[in-house]
Amino acid sequence: MSDPNVRAADRLGLLTAETSEGAQELQRRAATNVDELSREVGSVLRLDGLTLDPTSIDFDRRDDETMIINMGPAHPSTHGVLRLMLELDGEFVLRTKPIIGYLHTGMEKTGEELSYVQGGTNVTRMDYLSPVINELCYSMAVEKLLDIQIPDRAVWIRMLMSELNRMSSHLVWMATNGMDLGASSMMIYGLRERELILAFFEKTAGLRLNLNYVRPGGVAADLPDGWQDDVLVICDTIYARTFEYDELLTGQPIFRNRMIGVAPLAAEEALALGVTGPLLRSTGVAWDLRRAMPYLAYDQVEFDVIVGTYGDNFDRYAIRLNEIRESIRIVRQCIEKMPSGDYRSQDPKVTPPPRARIGESMEALIHHFKLFTEGFQVPPGEVYSAVESPRGELGCYIVSDGTAKPYRLHVRAPSFVNLQAVSLLMRGGSMSDAITVISTIDPVLGEVDR
Amino acid sequence: MALEDLQHNFLTGPLEDIVRWARRASVWPASFGLACCAIEMMATGGADFDIARYGMEVFRNSPRQADLMIVAGRVSQKMAPVLRQVYDQMMEPKWVISMGVCASTGGLFNNYAIVQGVDQIVPVDVYAPGCPPSPETLMHAILTLHEQIRTGEILKRRHEGRPVHLDGTSELWTPEVPVAVRVGTPK
Amino acid sequence: MAPPGVITSDGLAADLCCFPTLEQYVALVKSFRDDGFEMCVDLCGVDYLDHFDRWLPQGVEGSRFEIVVNLLSLSKKERVRLRVQAGDDAPEVDSLFALYPGTEAMEREAFDLFGILFTNHPDLTRILMPEEWEGHPLRKDYGAGRVPVQFKESPGPR
Repeated sequence: MSDPNVRAADRLGLLTAETSEGAQELQRRAATNVDELSREVGSVLRLDGLTLDPTSIDFDRRDDETMIINMGPAHPSTHGVLRLMLELDGEFVLRTKPIIGYLHTGMEKTGEELSYVQGGTNVTRMDYLSPVINELCYSMAVEKLLDIQIPDRAVWIRMLMSELNRMSSHLVWMATNGMDLGASSMMIYGLRERELILAFFEKTAGLRLNLNYVRPGGVAADLPDGWQDDVLVICDTIYARTFEYDELLTGQPIFRNRMIGVAPLAAEEALALGVTGPLLRSTGVAWDLRRAMPYLAYDQVEFDVIVGTYGDNFDRYAIRLNEIRESIRIVRQCIEKMPSGDYRSQDPKVTPPPRARIGESMEALIHHFKLFTEGFQVPPGEVYSAVESPRGELGCYIVSDGTAKPYRLHVRAPSFVNLQAVSLLMRGGSMSDAITVISTIDPVLGEVDR
Repeated sequence: MALEDLQHNFLTGPLEDIVRWARRASVWPASFGLACCAIEMMATGGADFDIARYGMEVFRNSPRQADLMIVAGRVSQKMAPVLRQVYDQMMEPKWVISMGVCASTGGLFNNYAIVQGVDQIVPVDVYAPGCPPSPETLMHAILTLHEQIRTGEILKRRHEGRPVHLDGTSELWTPEVPVAVRVGTPK
Repeated sequence: MAPPGVITSDGLAADLCCFPTLEQYVALVKSFRDDGFEMCVDLCGVDYLDHFDRWLPQGVEGSRFEIVVNLLSLSKKERVRLRVQAGDDAPEVDSLFALYPGTEAMEREAFDLFGILFTNHPDLTRILMPEEWEGHPLRKDYGAGRVPVQFKESPGPR
């Protein structure tokens, strides 16, 4: 009478049919082909010439003894609208399939309709926890196509804002990670520290979040007067508080039991999956674009690249905590070494004339008008430019056809690729470990779905 | 208890006042953070812009226990049925604040992927503009909602089917905030 | 660095830019992987319908759809870009899943948004759009879907 292939919820006639994503969901083992089955159980390394037998996967668990459940998309701990389908045997996870697209915004299509100056406002909303770094990646790609140099002060201001953004992103991560594990006071501490940084952003750029600050040619405005004092206060306060987090979390036995040894990732698996960022560094591979392929002025500042050993959750937590300290170190050097000069390139192709001249000169007025209505033309070509975001390698691939709008804008989002590790990391762990795994992968669904 | 069923005479007046006071003083939001606005919503719940002063720091994860759905972020075509399902699972009385321009009108993204305004899916009570709205804007939206609950404007509107106008002639008290963050378009 | 028979050029912000044919594609990627390019960083599609006359080196015939693959070598700190001409009407390319499992989600995205098919992909279904969506949104003949914005002061039902 009751078909075992129809899920119980559908039999009861609930509204699940409307929110069903059909072939994108996790199917029963008999209905899944062997390559996809082996991907869902997390086998990553493919040995050449070996054929897999579908009946050998989880052969000791009968199909009707396991349970397929759905987590999300509206779920407190999925870090956004990530939907996860899990096949569970009791408490333990066998297969995982993430279903994304619940935040798909068509940003790549919108990017083809906005000019190069407006493009920053679009790109900045992809990874909404590190907006400055998104804009930086896009601006660097456009500047490579334009083949222009930006002044030193603009470079150092960009570096200062990027590192402050990295700190605020890692603080949000620590807050939400603590919340997922139950340490809700960490949520309050992380957000409280972050307010100091956001107040500085508001003073400099006008907005706390999604600041349209880094633009092709430089930055939008100079740093405010007295910024050194503000930034020093931020550095000193947050540096002292990272040791409070050590007391709260790092040495605490419950936290350690939940994080140490959980969800280890091996270096070969990480490289095969294309994983970058703290997830890759936790496996022991010391790959940080700021050190390996330096951009901006990262080769002129001293900082350490934090590398883990075991690739487990605790390594990823320790890496992010110490990256906050390293960012503070870089920010202190930026305060000392900040050069004077222009905050944006004086190339008339890219930069509008100063506001005072618009009232005096007709050419300045026309120049300003053309730059802000039509935008500047970029020579035809294509470029892929990458920076290190708090989540990994953030890349921007732009194809230009010579007009004022990009022909194709594609952003290589680190969380999109890192999320492929979720099946591998969750296999064999319990449900509570699954929550910490999502947390330590640190996906930001805005950039996953774009 | 449904206030619309009472007979609105001098005997039930104080009772209605107490019920409305209780309703506005204990609004529990459902966590429906989608994108960047969710981060600002979390910041509102943090220590600097404490939302616990209104009794709202408990973001209920189950829609059955929540009164208010703050749609924080852009709603994509794939997410729209999920949004409606969560709204349907909430129990009356329930309210919706559309936080941010993406939720109110589609915002920056006027394209195939984003629903142009969440009021095409659920009825919205207060719109909070901004990209993202700063925590002060969100708190102003919440206080406006509280004010409308206190005077019973919202329930009257649903019951009688007439729209609510926030013009100078009503006795609604709005908090002292600068013009830049005022919610709603002036008539 | 590239095996003979493959057309190459200089790439902007890449150490090498290769233009393999559909038959040379997987073998070329395999040779790069054996040569020390451990990571496939990015795989995306491009629809050249409105810019068909883009610059291509001698001997490469452009088609409407193109697949762009970026590879990264951590040991040598080099980047290589591959541009494969996928075809005009029914673009079909071999999948890199067997070489780089990390391309699974990226190929699904190229299928979803452009309609480029990948043979031997384990699960070629839509990833970003809803299941019953028709059409491939990032194609140039697919409109942006703009909704005309109504004038604010007009008397309406609200």
